[in-house]
Amino acid sequence: MQHYSGFGLLKHSLSHHENWQRIWRNPTPKKKYDVIIVGGGGHGLATAYYLAKQFGVTNVAVIEKGYLGGGNTARNTTIVRSNYLWDEAAHLYEHSMKLWEGLSQDLNYNVMFSQRGCLNLGHTLQDMRDIERRVNANRLNGIDGEVLDAQQVKEIVPILDCSSDRRYPVMGASWQPRAGVARHDAVAWGFARGADAHGVDLIQQTEVVDFIIEDGTVIGVKTDRYGEIRADRVGCVVAGNSSVLAAKAGFELPLESHPLQALVSEPIKPILDTVVMSNHVHGYASQSDKGDLVIGAGIDGYTGYGQRGSYGTIEHTLQAIVEMFPIFSRVRMNRQWGGIVDTCPDACPIVSETPVKNLFFNCGWGTGGFKATPGSGNVFAASLAKGEMHELAKPFSMFRYHNGALVDEHGAAGVAH
Amino acid sequence: MLHIYCPHCCEYREEEEFHAKGQAHIVRPLDPDACTDQEWGEFMYFRKNPRGIHHELWVHAAGCRKFFNVTRNTQTYEIKEVYKVGEKPTIVAE
Repeated sequence: MQHYSGFGLLKHSLSHHENWQRIWRNPTPKKKYDVIIVGGGGHGLATAYYLAKQFGVTNVAVIEKGYLGGGNTARNTTIVRSNYLWDEAAHLYEHSMKLWEGLSQDLNYNVMFSQRGCLNLGHTLQDMRDIERRVNANRLNGIDGEVLDAQQVKEIVPILDCSSDRRYPVMGASWQPRAGVARHDAVAWGFARGADAHGVDLIQQTEVVDFIIEDGTVIGVKTDRYGEIRADRVGCVVAGNSSVLAAKAGFELPLESHPLQALVSEPIKPILDTVVMSNHVHGYASQSDKGDLVIGAGIDGYTGYGQRGSYGTIEHTLQAIVEMFPIFSRVRMNRQWGGIVDTCPDACPIVSETPVKNLFFNCGWGTGGFKATPGSGNVFAASLAKGEMHELAKPFSMFRYHNGALVDEHGAAGVAH
Repeated sequence: MLHIYCPHCCEYREEEEFHAKGQAHIVRPLDPDACTDQEWGEFMYFRKNPRGIHHELWVHAAGCRKFFNVTRNTQTYEIKEVYKVGEKPTIVAE
């Protein structure tokens, strides 16, 4: 792998930047791998990267039906934070946050991770009590956080309407200074380049159409383009399509897939240098380095696999944004799109063994998967390498819906699901 | 925007008047005390999530507030059929 550096940039400028190495190969798959990862999004590529780099399992294929990072990785609002209430979730997301902090250096690829902080606003007395509880829980878990009053919020975000005569006045907020945003495409590309450099085969434009299961043990997958490919272990990281794949393996997951929309505005001058989220009016916004406002809100009420979302949800989203930021009322929206999020009944992911031996699923991240990309990949890679779940992943077993040990994070993170 | 026919009001209305309530035809175990943890967990949480034909329970929340069933394609969003609770769908997935 060609190392990226300032010197390299200078050197390549002498040949008009025409001789850069391709950042990953486009190999024909082998007949057999140690591990096959189904799904080449952020989580799948991160899994492959850590499998090869940290756990020394390099005979790995990532099989992606479209192109790398073309699913939910390309369809989110890029927010990274770890201010979760329950210990299990807080530990998992904080594990991810720590990996984010060194990720660009680790990958030798600029993922544009920007720790600009994240505010979760409170609009009622109950919101403020929840915020105090969550911030205290975070601090007990060693995660940074502060409770701010309306005046302090106003100092951080001067354009936010903090006047007390609003219908939903801003009473305060939780503030996580280490939170921020990252460049979503660069995250996928950086992990793909890193995985490829360690020998992982990235197989694009190839759909896994079925599993090969013998005596309750998975021994490979069937693909539409290369036929059967064998593997000792198979990890599925396919977000919205998890239920469809699980059905092929012969079991059900407690998932419902919904479209989740995001919008970006026309680029405007720098005006918002942090992330603002509100559970109560239910919208969130940040400004990208390019200048466009990146806006998101809730999922569509009904299940669906259409990557666009419903009109009513757009209206609700923008109502929330204008409630918080009247100054944005005339900003035009450039684009709107949807991703398919697989939501769990307790709003926490499933990183788990399954009823089929050697088949593992990493899914159910709902509306909050992007922030977990490195951490999810890391713990899933550890689990695939050893054949047993990583300590941080154990509470997220799919069998928790049978034994009742749910990690019910609805709203506890400061944004509804 | 979906236009949904309410079989109680006998009218087409916009989706904003309705709420989706998840999978239809979920039968509560007749003897809950005799359920294993697995059976109870599956009744509570495990749902069909097909890419295609799906039977759903909806409520006309801002209208007559009555529940009814919808057969809908989750990929194209086409509503195939609307029928009352207790009735059987005529269109089912292959």
